[in-house]
Amino acid sequence: MKRPIRVLVAKPGLDGHDRGAKVIARAFKDAGMEVIYTGLRQTPEQIVEAAIQEDVDVIALSILSGAHNTLFPRIMNLLHDMEAEDIMVIAGGIIPDEDIPFLKSVGIKEIFTPGTPTSKAVEYIMGNVKVQ
Amino acid sequence: MNQNESINNIKHNKQKWMKDCLDKVKEKYPERKEKFMTSSGVEIKNIYTPDNIADLDYLNDIGFPGQYPFTRGVQPTMYRGRFWTMRQYAGFGTAEESNARYKYLLSQGQTGLSVAFDLPTQIGYDSDHPMAEGEIGKVGVAVDSLLDMEVLFDGIPLDKVSTSMTINAPAAVLLAMYIVLAERQGISLDKLEGTIQNDILKEYIARGTYIFPIEPSLRITTDIFEYCSKYIPKWNTISISGYHIREAGATAVQEVAFTLANGIEYVNAALKAGLNIDDFAPRLSFFFSAHNDLLEEVAKFRAARRMWARIMKERFNAKDPKSMMLRFHTQTGGSTLTAQQPDNNIIRVALQALAAVLGGTQSLHTNSRDEALALPSEDSVKIALRTQQIIAYESGVCDTPDPLAGSYYVEYLTNQIEEKALQYIKKIDELGGAACAIKSGFIQKEIQDSAYRYQKEIEKGERIIVGLNKFKTEEKYHGNLLKVDHKVEKMQREKLKKLKSERDNEKVNRRLSELKEAACSKENIMPQIIDAVRAYATLGEICDVLRSTFGEYKENIIF
Repeated sequence: MKRPIRVLVAKPGLDGHDRGAKVIARAFKDAGMEVIYTGLRQTPEQIVEAAIQEDVDVIALSILSGAHNTLFPRIMNLLHDMEAEDIMVIAGGIIPDEDIPFLKSVGIKEIFTPGTPTSKAVEYIMGNVKVQ
Repeated sequence: MNQNESINNIKHNKQKWMKDCLDKVKEKYPERKEKFMTSSGVEIKNIYTPDNIADLDYLNDIGFPGQYPFTRGVQPTMYRGRFWTMRQYAGFGTAEESNARYKYLLSQGQTGLSVAFDLPTQIGYDSDHPMAEGEIGKVGVAVDSLLDMEVLFDGIPLDKVSTSMTINAPAAVLLAMYIVLAERQGISLDKLEGTIQNDILKEYIARGTYIFPIEPSLRITTDIFEYCSKYIPKWNTISISGYHIREAGATAVQEVAFTLANGIEYVNAALKAGLNIDDFAPRLSFFFSAHNDLLEEVAKFRAARRMWARIMKERFNAKDPKSMMLRFHTQTGGSTLTAQQPDNNIIRVALQALAAVLGGTQSLHTNSRDEALALPSEDSVKIALRTQQIIAYESGVCDTPDPLAGSYYVEYLTNQIEEKALQYIKKIDELGGAACAIKSGFIQKEIQDSAYRYQKEIEKGERIIVGLNKFKTEEKYHGNLLKVDHKVEKMQREKLKKLKSERDNEKVNRRLSELKEAACSKENIMPQIIDAVRAYATLGEICDVLRSTFGEYKENIIF
């Protein structure tokens, strides 16, 4: 039997609006994934450390504060330094369309902007993460 | 015919109408849905008639505007006297940029200021703190010291505007800056009008910008109550906020219930600190959200007013009618706005603003159409402000107080919301009050369940959001979006560095150790914070002193 997909839902930066993060965490759980939610105010270092320690397949970042262009590349750099680039990173929140190409260029696989149904993120993970 | 006979007669005729008329039509033309529900899960009947509110006692339950239990509003004339304060929440980038936006809004007829601070400021970090990286000036203006406040209010006479500041954990520090600023402008403190949000409990529940644990936070809150009741009599010392609770996913009923439960906790904390109820209660104010279910929202505001009046009179034995008045600011529902077809948000905001006005709000912020995409642009803010002005000057709904009173449906819903919210308050009392209910995660869990249910309803198409899950198009938004320049971060850090090298650092250190002493004692810490601010101690330095005394709150993670 296949093991369940493990996902870390994380909120980088200082923004405290966690409604979206918690809704998506529950949607992942309902879809049969194992979910770890880090809570608020996580530094890129804390997020990457938790992801490696928890041996997750996916990091799902949620951000609404506008600090994504600073914090996301730092997370990707840290994953690179830790040789943990096999962990897939996706993100959601208030992220302007014009920032998406840059964020994808640093290695974020997919960005889900406001109004996306949770099922889209679930399907994306199911379709792109292979577990033994 | 006496009243009972008349009610029975109505009931009888209603049943007859249902059987002879309604059911036949429904057989041929079924209704759109099996069941109609408000957002709070109150089932909506086919029709409301006097028998649905037969128990309502007009004089006790509704009364007259400006009189207990204030169901119809807090002033006898309401908007016949003057309109609500039109107060757009604004702030971004540097103090200079925000100052320019305030002057623009005032020139367009806005009647009060509302300051948005950036996240580092809200969490008590200076712009040079490592956690502040990427966040400076993004969701509000960066304020590191009195120097930034001086620029923020440059050319704005503090005795001519009322100012609301959305600041909670470091509320005492920002209030202190405002006080020193008033001194410098030569304005006596009894002339200052405005509101400091200062509502820490909802930060643990919904908004996340807390610093200290619950008990010391409540002590700071009550220190502010006490200081203001002595020196700034016209200042609203707190804005007990349901807005963020609603935005986190709560229903209308939960919004009222959890907000008033927090209110009860603040009153208890102040009484425990030895304050007299009628000294501080008249300066408590509230902040609610307005969502799309127009009539339920109106009922919510009416129910909240009546409930608070009864709580203050019956539970706390307040004597001054002003202690019983629930005065509130409203913001339209940010979370109801869509990134898809953003112009639709203009209409949503208009309906929500109408609900707030029909519900008797004292002050209103209308959201801008582009807020699901970015901070509002100047164009969008103008439309949002014009929406309020059109309701005020053109709609006619302001010409008599509480115009929906007596609507069988609205009165029934008002009763339902009160009843359901009181059940929650009872449950919270049983848990030991709001602070205990937060620690146990009860309130957070209830809100998250509602948020998840709401999202599922949208995804299943049970709840229609125009442009999102029905009437969809693939168009892109062509308006201009506001972008905060990266340079702000660098400029702000340089300004801070300069300040630290130019001020009298010995004096700053002396003030900070005096503050430490006051924080360790039981005395009011406001005077020491004001002295520290006057010496240009920074927000981060002051909060660090308090962090080292009080510790930091650790989130109880529930999802």
